[in-house]
Amino acid sequence: MAAEGQRVDIARALRDAGVTALIAFGLFLPLIGFQTVTDIRNDLILTTRWPLLFAITAIVGAGRLAYSFGFEPWLNQRALRPVQAAPSAWRSFVGKWFVPFAIGFVIVYPVIVIALNGFGGSVKWIDNFGIQILIYVMLGWGLNIVVGLAGLLDLGYVAFYAVGAYSYALLAKTFGFSFWILLPMAGTLASFWGILLGFPVLRLRGDYLAIVTLAFGEIIRIVIINWVDLTGGYAGISGIPRPTFFGIPFNANEDGFAAVFGLEFSPLYRTVFLYYLILALALLTAFVTVRLRRLPVGRAWEALREDEIACRSLGINTTNTKLTAFAMGAMFAGFAGSFFAARQGFISPESFTFLESATILSIVVLGGMGSQIGVAIAAIVMIGGTEIMRELDFLKQIFGPTFDPTQYRMLLFGFAMVLIMIWRPRGLIATRAPSVFLKERKSISVDLVKEGHG
Amino acid sequence: MEVFLQQLINGITLGSIYGLIAIGYTMVFGIIGMVNFAHGDVFMVSAFIALIAFLILTSWLGITSIALALFIVLIVAMLFTSLVNWVIERLAYRPLRGSFRLAPLISAIGMSIFLSNFVQVAQGPRNKSTPPMVQGEFVIFTQNDYAVTLSFKQLIIWGVTAVLLACFWYLVAKTRLGRAQRACEQDQKMAALVGVDVDRTISMTFVIAAALAAVAGTMYLMYYGVVSFSDGFVPGVKAFTAAVLGGIGSLPGAVIGGLLIGLIETMWSAYFSIDYKDVAAFSVLAITLIFLPQGLFGRPDVEKV
Repeated sequence: MAAEGQRVDIARALRDAGVTALIAFGLFLPLIGFQTVTDIRNDLILTTRWPLLFAITAIVGAGRLAYSFGFEPWLNQRALRPVQAAPSAWRSFVGKWFVPFAIGFVIVYPVIVIALNGFGGSVKWIDNFGIQILIYVMLGWGLNIVVGLAGLLDLGYVAFYAVGAYSYALLAKTFGFSFWILLPMAGTLASFWGILLGFPVLRLRGDYLAIVTLAFGEIIRIVIINWVDLTGGYAGISGIPRPTFFGIPFNANEDGFAAVFGLEFSPLYRTVFLYYLILALALLTAFVTVRLRRLPVGRAWEALREDEIACRSLGINTTNTKLTAFAMGAMFAGFAGSFFAARQGFISPESFTFLESATILSIVVLGGMGSQIGVAIAAIVMIGGTEIMRELDFLKQIFGPTFDPTQYRMLLFGFAMVLIMIWRPRGLIATRAPSVFLKERKSISVDLVKEGHG
Repeated sequence: MEVFLQQLINGITLGSIYGLIAIGYTMVFGIIGMVNFAHGDVFMVSAFIALIAFLILTSWLGITSIALALFIVLIVAMLFTSLVNWVIERLAYRPLRGSFRLAPLISAIGMSIFLSNFVQVAQGPRNKSTPPMVQGEFVIFTQNDYAVTLSFKQLIIWGVTAVLLACFWYLVAKTRLGRAQRACEQDQKMAALVGVDVDRTISMTFVIAAALAAVAGTMYLMYYGVVSFSDGFVPGVKAFTAAVLGGIGSLPGAVIGGLLIGLIETMWSAYFSIDYKDVAAFSVLAITLIFLPQGLFGRPDVEKV
């Protein structure tokens, strides 16, 4: 594959491969070469896995060799390629029609799934893929307001998601309010917490802000765990009322959804309803964000991200600007949280760990901060990718029946985060559409957009 | 009084472990300005390496002298953990140097998720407990039937931490590498112009950070006798808290911050509520950052237009 005029130095490639294999051997020797096992007497003993260790070493060495022969020449050649000034016709076509097509697709998605799989097999595809991904799209868009627009790095976003979920669960169980009353209430409560937690950290910037928000997220989780009287601690809250179709419950009773509309009962109706509900909520988030960017407050957010000092000297109240960003982001997390509680019917602190915050933040950054399409694509890739790992049963035929692909979900998730960052440090979508423009609307390179420092 | 003294001893022990991890955070932040989120998991990996080395030495090679075994375990854990961190820096952080600020942070979070799940897959999700490695204690004094004790393992932790901190201080203050490190911390471009190999210096920073984390990991394993794949996160965050409390970028600050966090945690557990000990540590972090953003020994951050 080496290009003409570029010869691959075979000796160097072999040496590199050897060194890499040697390093890999050392790297994996303790943790792959040996395994700690608890034996029958409950003592810890060691077993060895030399074949696996040598296989991994060989794969790494071969991979390095393939890199020298295939990938590196290709990269070098690509670097020499002239930069195209104007995007190709295909690209601008895709750019123009992508959003309407994508929205159309997600609207008809349940219909397509049901047409392909029938009623029985569809719940999994709509619930695990559709709803799960859309929750993260919505959370990503919510956090995008804080991180992408206002440039405030928030690592404790899941706290507001938890506030929304617990608000819905507790109020619905205690007072019997309906989902539609509690949805705005959960959002309001979450945004109140956003302001409350945002207030003390106004002076902090960058990584410090990230760490304090992380601490707040953890504090809220620990309080939820330990305040057993209110929240049930680790056991969580179960039997949370499920949302109804404007008062008609989704059950097999006579006043249930299926009976009222003269249909045969199927759990699928609730799933489809929940799918459209989260779709509507996610699109609301996107729509509100798009509109807010044109209002003074949205412009102030982006100005804050670009330069806080200039902002202040132009008379923008940075305190209010930051607090509104926190409150807005928290509100959408609250909506998503109450939807989550209503969908699951059960919540526990397990669902609100730091890993969730990290996942949401990584979706925002991997997609390209500030780009809503990018965030949606990143959510599909990361969440859909890890969900699809559950479906790879055919791998058992290759690696033997003890092979469990679901074990490797988070392993590959972490690995993918590193790889995407190295491949595209500024996220998957490399252009932004500024909300303010002179004469004609055009997209700009992401390198011109600052990442904020507060 | 007895309880206080006993908690003081426990707190210093815990604080020594936090301090050793905190140095890794503060050094890396000082030199490349990133929060190395994976550092807590590097610490966890080192505890696993120490566990495996200990099992090899005692059950396969039949070494009966615990002192010799611990010494070898310490060296082995430091070597392999350094290799791990060196590779991590090379693969996950170096390509992102000079890129925008959030990219290495996300890469580090990804690495942290990767490491803990790798250990889970490779070694199994269950807690790994070892029989007690070191037993015995000094009784300092007894009052009202309450014996204030200093166990041998606590003494070992104090001793090892003190010796390693001395070596480390010498390395940073007196050697060529330490000078290069301090130069890179102040101005990487200028350091490169005067002939400092910046890439190599940064790599060595990660190696030293990992070696100290490995000491902490070995001590942790010896002290608690149990380790699991998820044990990296909480000590990691607390050590980071310690680094921030001491003033990030300041090496004595990291050690003193570690000791303070260890003391706050044990005192809080003894006098208030053990359930909320993590809340105490995190609240200290939030309060420090809000009222004293540069920490106890840090340089104030001057913003220029």
